[in-house]
Amino acid sequence: MSIYINKDTKVIVQGITGSTALFHTKQMLEYGTNIVGGTSPGKGGQTVEGVKVFNTVQEAKEQTGATASVIYVPAPFAADAILEAVDAELDYVICITEHIPVMDMVKVKRQMQGKKTRLIGPNCPGVITPEECKIGIMPGYIHKKGHVGVVSRSGTLTYEAVHQLSEEGIGQSTAVGIGGDPVNGTNFIDVLKSFNEDPDTEAVIMIGEIGGTAEEEAAEWIKENMTKPVVGFIGGRTAPPGKRMGHAGAIISGGKGTADEKIRTMNECGIKVAETPAVMGETLIEVLREKGLYEKCKTY
Amino acid sequence: MNIHEYQAKEIFRQFGVAVPNSRVAFSVDEAVQAAQELSSGVSVVKAQIHAGGRGKAGGVKIAKSLDDVSTYAEELLGKTLVTHQTGPEGKEVKRLLIEEGCDIQKEYYVGIVLDRATSRVVMMASEEGGTEIEEVAANTPEKIFQEVIDPVTGLMPYQARRLAFNINIPKELVSKAVKFMMGLYDVFVKKDCSIAEINPLVTTGDGEVLALDAKLNFDDNALFRQKDVLEYRDLDEEDPKEIEASKYDLSYVALDGNIGCMVNGAGLAMSTMDIIKHSGGEPANFLDVGGGATAEKVTEAFKIILSDDHVKGIFVNIFGGIMKCDVIAEGVVEATKQVGLELPLVVRLEGTNVEQGKKILADSGLNITSANSMADGAQKIVELVK
Repeated sequence: MSIYINKDTKVIVQGITGSTALFHTKQMLEYGTNIVGGTSPGKGGQTVEGVKVFNTVQEAKEQTGATASVIYVPAPFAADAILEAVDAELDYVICITEHIPVMDMVKVKRQMQGKKTRLIGPNCPGVITPEECKIGIMPGYIHKKGHVGVVSRSGTLTYEAVHQLSEEGIGQSTAVGIGGDPVNGTNFIDVLKSFNEDPDTEAVIMIGEIGGTAEEEAAEWIKENMTKPVVGFIGGRTAPPGKRMGHAGAIISGGKGTADEKIRTMNECGIKVAETPAVMGETLIEVLREKGLYEKCKTY
Repeated sequence: MNIHEYQAKEIFRQFGVAVPNSRVAFSVDEAVQAAQELSSGVSVVKAQIHAGGRGKAGGVKIAKSLDDVSTYAEELLGKTLVTHQTGPEGKEVKRLLIEEGCDIQKEYYVGIVLDRATSRVVMMASEEGGTEIEEVAANTPEKIFQEVIDPVTGLMPYQARRLAFNINIPKELVSKAVKFMMGLYDVFVKKDCSIAEINPLVTTGDGEVLALDAKLNFDDNALFRQKDVLEYRDLDEEDPKEIEASKYDLSYVALDGNIGCMVNGAGLAMSTMDIIKHSGGEPANFLDVGGGATAEKVTEAFKIILSDDHVKGIFVNIFGGIMKCDVIAEGVVEATKQVGLELPLVVRLEGTNVEQGKKILADSGLNITSANSMADGAQKIVELVK
């Protein structure tokens, strides 16, 4: 088991004929992802990397039975691409694209209200259920199958955490990158809920960073609802206020969104927070041992 | 992106958001001429820098005559203003706004920001104008009123009215305040702002509702469709290293320490700064080379780090995903050859093609200390710069 995606998930690639999309389509196919089609307006009927191209998402879905899409289109067209997938009623839309204007995402979120589609991202590495399905840009080989869920606002920091876990023989159920933008489709709580309900996930690593209050809200939710242990990490303790640290959402403004504040709230809610990014794996393992889950999570 | 107050006011005029008459001046002569043209008797000479707190720092002067204007312009132009937002080094004043004086009855606050929790735009207002809104929020939060705006309808007049009544705008001026707020929302949305802040908004003796100050920040991601906003960019207000980095699509933020960092990914870059600090060092910068960096980009990144005189050592921390470690290694070797690196350099490589990357570094004959992990790398560079 896993969350969101597995070996049966049928995926289409939106904007498949772009160079980034082509590169990653190849990588995803090599990983074993079930890519059933792609879209590129005006290029319907072509085949790239052995994948059939359609003009619209609607058509691609009808012809292939796809339930998920991944978006690599450039930022100015990304909002349109997301809404096209929402309109076609796909279950999951994973948007890798970064630098989407905030106002575009405000409208997208509004338009998605009451719709069945779950948007993951934008500005994220994607989602991976190890050894089954990789949708995104993460290096597949560092992931191992197992029982620890990973959710993160940062791409490379997720790789760092996953790598530390895999090195110690701790596999992952699913790793979800929710993205570094201030307005995103799926937040920490959404993912935590799914991990909580997933019988195959025994514990979770939650990786946050400065900016906003999503980590604090997640911490409160964990305290009230989560039946599985969660450990955390927050990047940006040394970040100066008022400066955007790479991610559009990583900014301390008006004294809000500092790492120390987030860590304090997480600790108050019973979440152990790794002191440095180098010990995210170690911190989780300590907690697994405390809770008697280590043997179960040591998957190879 | 930030712009100057006078530029924000130019945008406001285009959208019918009321502001006092004013002119920008780059010299004392221009300042005097501007005051003459305004012929308002009293005029205000305002230093234009990208930072708040100018009034308290002596950057805003009331001139009662043209001689006063001349004196104050002379005093302010070329002066380095230090406010709570500039940092201790301050900012040099190169432009002035000459504005007609007005008969202020009361000061208010109006601001628009993105509310991340609801993914909506929110307008905030308070009758505690003139003070920092953070201070008001901390001391008298009940005096801040908010309206969450549905992007489908935009700000509705009833919402603006509710705000105006809540902050006790005199009832005969409510319709003017509503017009002001509606116009401000229009600016925010159509110009892709990230912050719009009017502090203070004032009511005047002659029955006007005016933006006395104006702060607009813009969403960098939307600048591709805001060409006229981009024209307002003032490179004098930005760190030269940050400007250079933006040319190569590198995300760079200058800090005060002495350990230069080059990292891929924003989260890892922030965490690298953190772990340097944790190991007893001080990072000199945040630098994310991004996921698709080439050897050329890495070389430029190196040059930017080295252009900072405070840097005494460099830590390269790469987790190659899409970014391949051999590409980074080639970039590092190329850069060190080009710039003749004499400072200690610690490199930690992990991920895709890590073995090839390590081999390139080892075979280069350069004096590079390699690290097995992030923690190991941070300790080594901190030790080396001591």
